[in-house]
Amino acid sequence: MNVLTEAATEKALVKKMNEINYKMVGQDVSVYYGDKRALFDVNLGVRDNTVTALIGPSGCGKSTFLRCLNRMNDTIQSAKVTGRITLDGQDIHDPSIDVVELRARVGMVFQKPNPFPKSIYENVAYGPRIHGLARSKPDMDQIVESSLQKAGLWNEVKDRLNEAGTGLSGGQQQRLCIARAVAVSPEVILMDEPCSALDPIATARVEELIHELRANYSIVIVTHSMQQAARVSQRTAMFHLGHLVEEDDTDKMFTNPNDQRTQDYIMGRFG
Amino acid sequence: MPSSHIMSAYDEELKYLTRRISEMGGLAEQMCADAVRALVNSDTALAQKVISDDVILDSAEREIGEKAIVTIAKRQPMAADLREIIGSLRIAADLERVGDLGKNTAKRVIAVQETGIPRNLARGLEHLSELALFQLKDVLDVYVTRSAEKAEAIRQRDEEIDAMYTSLFRELLTYMMEDPRNITSCTHLLFCAKNIERIGDHATNIAETIYYMATGMQPEGERPKDDRSNTLSAILSDE
Repeated sequence: MNVLTEAATEKALVKKMNEINYKMVGQDVSVYYGDKRALFDVNLGVRDNTVTALIGPSGCGKSTFLRCLNRMNDTIQSAKVTGRITLDGQDIHDPSIDVVELRARVGMVFQKPNPFPKSIYENVAYGPRIHGLARSKPDMDQIVESSLQKAGLWNEVKDRLNEAGTGLSGGQQQRLCIARAVAVSPEVILMDEPCSALDPIATARVEELIHELRANYSIVIVTHSMQQAARVSQRTAMFHLGHLVEEDDTDKMFTNPNDQRTQDYIMGRFG
Repeated sequence: MPSSHIMSAYDEELKYLTRRISEMGGLAEQMCADAVRALVNSDTALAQKVISDDVILDSAEREIGEKAIVTIAKRQPMAADLREIIGSLRIAADLERVGDLGKNTAKRVIAVQETGIPRNLARGLEHLSELALFQLKDVLDVYVTRSAEKAEAIRQRDEEIDAMYTSLFRELLTYMMEDPRNITSCTHLLFCAKNIERIGDHATNIAETIYYMATGMQPEGERPKDDRSNTLSAILSDE
């Protein structure tokens, strides 16, 4: 009887898992930097058309996990990633996967706005050009315009596309970086503290943008601001000392989380 | 509270709210007890005191509301802290209403003073108020301990008050039917009984709020009800 119920529960669980559309899934993901283990067997899925926020104190592994999703850890010599990460069911560590291709599908926006020292137009056009996404100049113009539109920057820069991207304000630069990420038509956008260098108004613009982008992309955002995680995400994952503590609906996480460590962290208490 | 905030001033703000709620609770309880005593003993001086005490309770509620708003704006509370503050607002509102009910009862002391209250009715009212005040006192104790279990237990007890109120209601009706000259005073007493019964309801509300503060979940199921006075014909046909 017991075995039967257990099997039934498991079946129900599997069924439930199948009903949710996961864009990316990490299974038993561990990361080592040399001898130091930074991430311990993390199992976490990124849902389609959903903003997933990764929260936790500094050094908890949230950025490390984020960087696993587009193999940014490959760029660090001493880093070793174990476990399985899939994008639409396909293992991203499979030898047949071209990592440049992968990073086009899984784009990234960093903490500090880092536009290329080129014109606004070139900043956005660079990606589509190397990936051969535009067949002609009008094609490229179209991509640049729509990307800047999506990033909510078009109206502010349309008359000065040839000016340097570095000449924009911090908030505008960050939106330019988002336009650059969007230009190569990614499926997932990773954001590593995208607003920590921005003022509240620029932050609100970026948050509004995240909200809009969600319709077409899966977004994973690392943030130190609890309020930001609560405002922009639908799912929240809490990390602590390299472990995934819990992952749940954002509404639940910020009103009644299950784990004491999450409670203490989001309420600003001594753990 | 399992642990302290990193910012100690935040702890102070939450503690302040808790302290003020407890103070409000104490005053509301005192007012209601005094109001019933004034009614039973036709003590207009005591009734007057209850009426003037209500001002203190009202201003305490406003003060708690303002502090809560400022704390929310400054600290952006999350999870249990947020529930704590929202809970304080709700409880303060309930206690303010309890005070109003005490005050309303006190006002009627003057109206029934001339005719006086028949002894057996006075005893019925006293018993009802004992139940309601016991409920209120208990819930204020639970507020200090934040025990979800005890809050749930108090919530279950409201039934007794409702049953007592229904029986008092019936008694007053009989009294009015016996002699129409009793109608004025009995109507006032009926309002007083209703006031006291409502105090029990507010205590139950507070119990539910405490349950929510402690667990983050609403208590399950309908709250028990045994107030049948709203189906008048049903009561009379029982006779």
